[in-house]
Amino acid sequence: MTLGKVIGTIWATRKDEGLVGMKLQIVRPVGLDLQAKEGFLIAVDSVGAGVGEIVLIATGSSARLTEITKNKPVDAVIMAIVDKLDVAD
Amino acid sequence: MYLGKVIGTVWATQKHHALVGEKLQLVQPIDTDGNLVGKPIVAVDAVGAGAGETVMYVTSSEAAVPIKVRKKLKLVPIDATLVGIVESISVYARSKTSGSEKI
Repeated sequence: MTLGKVIGTIWATRKDEGLVGMKLQIVRPVGLDLQAKEGFLIAVDSVGAGVGEIVLIATGSSARLTEITKNKPVDAVIMAIVDKLDVAD
Repeated sequence: MYLGKVIGTVWATQKHHALVGEKLQLVQPIDTDGNLVGKPIVAVDAVGAGAGETVMYVTSSEAAVPIKVRKKLKLVPIDATLVGIVESISVYARSKTSGSEKI
């Protein structure tokens, strides 16, 4: 999984019917310092993350392994909201 | 599979139910010489690795297999899982650096 920060939301009415009812969040990758980095991706939210929250994203076919994204055209899903990050070195 | 070094831990209480009770480790991918390769990822720890240990991890939807089997679940939204703690690494076919012949 990768660490990301939710920075916004996408609304689209005309879309594949598989995406109906899904919350499409815009997520930026973050470093270990939790600072947002270049780039972003659109991930389906399966845990109710709010804008500004640090989240975990699963990508690829693993993104379809939740109840709401099963058999849907989704390749990135927010599956956890990070409480704490502990970096050893 | 890939090699990595455990450099930290991630705590998340609000998460997909399949991850309840699973430890989430922060892993820095490395090459066989221990050099850093790419950006850190977060992986579910299925082998109880400690910080600083060299590990082997599986990615893509295959990463879900250890938890799917253990918890008899069909839906486990994860794409990286630690599946081995590495004791030693032997590389026989050294390429450009040490001049031994390539396979």
